[in-house]
Amino acid sequence: MDVNLTLVLVAGALIGCGAYLLLERSLTRVLVGLVLLGNGVNVAILSTSGPAGEAPFYGTADIDDMSDPLPQAMILTAIVITLGTVAFLLAMAHRSWQLTGHDDVQDDTEDTRIRRLAVDDATSDSFGMTTRGEDDDDPEEDGQ
Amino acid sequence: MNGLSSALVPLPVLLPLLGSGAALMLFRFPRAQRLVSVVVLTLVVVVAAALLVIADQDGPQVVWLGGWAELGVALVADRLAALMLLVSAIVTLAVLLYSLGQGISDSNRSAPVSIYHPTFLTLVAGVSNAFLAGDLFNLFVSFEILLFASYVLLTLGGTEGRIRAGTIYVVVNVLSSMLFLVTIAAVYAAVGTVNLAQIAERMGELPSSTQLMLHLLLLVTFSIKAAVFPLSLWLPDSYPTAPAPVTAVFAGLLTKVGVYAIIRTETLLFPGGELSTLLMVVAGVSMLIGILGAIAQSDIKRLLSFTLVSHIGYMIFGIGLGTAAGTAGAVFYVAHHITIQTALFLVVGMVERLGGSTALLRLGGLARLFPLLGVLFFVAAMNLAGIPPLSGFLGKVGLFEAGIADGGGVAWTLVGIGTLTSLLTLYAVAKTWSLAFWRSPAEAHEMARELARADADEPEQYSPTLGRRGQVRLDTTSFNAAEVQQAGAIVDGDHPDRDLHQILEEDGRPQRLPVLMTASTAGLVAVSVAITVVAGPLFAYTERAADDLMDRTTYITAVDEAAR
Repeated sequence: MDVNLTLVLVAGALIGCGAYLLLERSLTRVLVGLVLLGNGVNVAILSTSGPAGEAPFYGTADIDDMSDPLPQAMILTAIVITLGTVAFLLAMAHRSWQLTGHDDVQDDTEDTRIRRLAVDDATSDSFGMTTRGEDDDDPEEDGQ
Repeated sequence: MNGLSSALVPLPVLLPLLGSGAALMLFRFPRAQRLVSVVVLTLVVVVAAALLVIADQDGPQVVWLGGWAELGVALVADRLAALMLLVSAIVTLAVLLYSLGQGISDSNRSAPVSIYHPTFLTLVAGVSNAFLAGDLFNLFVSFEILLFASYVLLTLGGTEGRIRAGTIYVVVNVLSSMLFLVTIAAVYAAVGTVNLAQIAERMGELPSSTQLMLHLLLLVTFSIKAAVFPLSLWLPDSYPTAPAPVTAVFAGLLTKVGVYAIIRTETLLFPGGELSTLLMVVAGVSMLIGILGAIAQSDIKRLLSFTLVSHIGYMIFGIGLGTAAGTAGAVFYVAHHITIQTALFLVVGMVERLGGSTALLRLGGLARLFPLLGVLFFVAAMNLAGIPPLSGFLGKVGLFEAGIADGGGVAWTLVGIGTLTSLLTLYAVAKTWSLAFWRSPAEAHEMARELARADADEPEQYSPTLGRRGQVRLDTTSFNAAEVQQAGAIVDGDHPDRDLHQILEEDGRPQRLPVLMTASTAGLVAVSVAITVVAGPLFAYTERAADDLMDRTTYITAVDEAAR
């Protein structure tokens, strides 16, 4: 099977940018990252159909000249699903903004607690005393 | 051809979807909505039971949807799929009855009740479709159906905690879906089909490096869904914030869909156990990390979420062995674990309702106040830990026997880790039992007061029971400062909530057990005990299912024949 190099490169670039944006804190950027990622993946699926051909309508062209319709059907499904996901995430980002004033992805509070426990265990008592002051202005500690 | 029996195959997907639509239209009539949901799920149980019998007697039932044989979408109900369908149908019915009893609308006024039933039914449709899917893309679509329903259920009401947990859950799952799509594209490019049976036939012709890449891609995708360590980190944070019945059905079912997909990958698509060592190592690490995480928790819901990760390890161990006995053990363990994990979360939902919290610091005396609740938790917890003669023990024995029969160094190590994990699970649930159920409410009240005082007076002090710097420890359980302060405020009457001791003193008697919630939880615990009673026939069934899976030809021939 021949593969269209342009499509592969485009897919790679889109997926790379998407993955980079996914690592951001702001949910809106994560969202844009997912959109790029989704489009990149769709282009990748398109590249599996081989060289472009005639429109795959029965009877309009010779079957050997037609392009493969199955990847197109899969892309269509994937686009619809990505659309739904993006709409849902937008709603969540908006709700998060309503509730907290920002849309940052937040830390797991319990994880933070266990991590602090581990840090406590790793440091000596006297060291613990000296770092006490720093803990006081930690929002997690104040239960916010 | 057996036209009538194969006509049953699409019903477990079709009925909940139609029911979902009907329930959505009936949003103004909550009673009719409930009736529709209960009737639909009862029908699904009946259909799944019928499919189980038919698949066991006549072999896999196959339907090519729309008559597009060889090109379209196939639904396949073989022994494994039928068993999964039946167990999931029973569990979802129990959870639905439980949520009716809980009255999702009462406890959460902000939660839109009209959306709960349609979404729940859609979730059931997605789960059924995943078990029946005969091609990779249909599997992807069913994952999306159940995930979308789960996004909505997880963020029901849109409170701050749920949005926070939901964000992580949604992003992780969307990412795994994208990975799945990439995998599908790669598989299609490699073999020119997405039908599982056809992939299985053609996979052997590919170069081994391509096979390895596709194999790993599929495993990573499904491991995220199944929450196999190290891809499990999203789970303990996102599940506990949802409403109790939602957490129960997520914990019981959704991860098992991933496990089911891993079973299919390892048996149908890539037989021969090329990556079995990798799977077993991952299984061992999942067990240990999961259970150690559970021990560190001070909240019952989070504790159970961590045991879930840990026990996924048992199933992956069975699959990783790559033998018929190992797969049979894994299938049995899946059936056992779906019921028991759901039952435990349902019990915890009742604890939350009756005790006002799931934090171990604030609970106490539940066994004395609500003996029936105590019994339900005790039986389910002992079952999870694997105390003989319950089904958890039998499932573990089946897996360990398969491991010993394998005889390799890794398998023996895994048997050791499995035994250790079982003991540590017992420790974790015993701790929950002694703190939440066994001590008296007055003791819990006094202990909370004492901890809060000690914390307020001398936060710098280090002592064996009280930890350092705001971390208060009780045996191995540690409570953070905010938790202790909240408990202290409740004890001193500065907080709107009351603990059980105060409720008892003021009202004289505890709340009564909610009938429907208790009945559905008891029903599920009874099912888990029934699995123990019928363990012989059930094990024989899973062995037949595993033989089918190992053989592969049964599945492939059935799909091919239906295409003609």
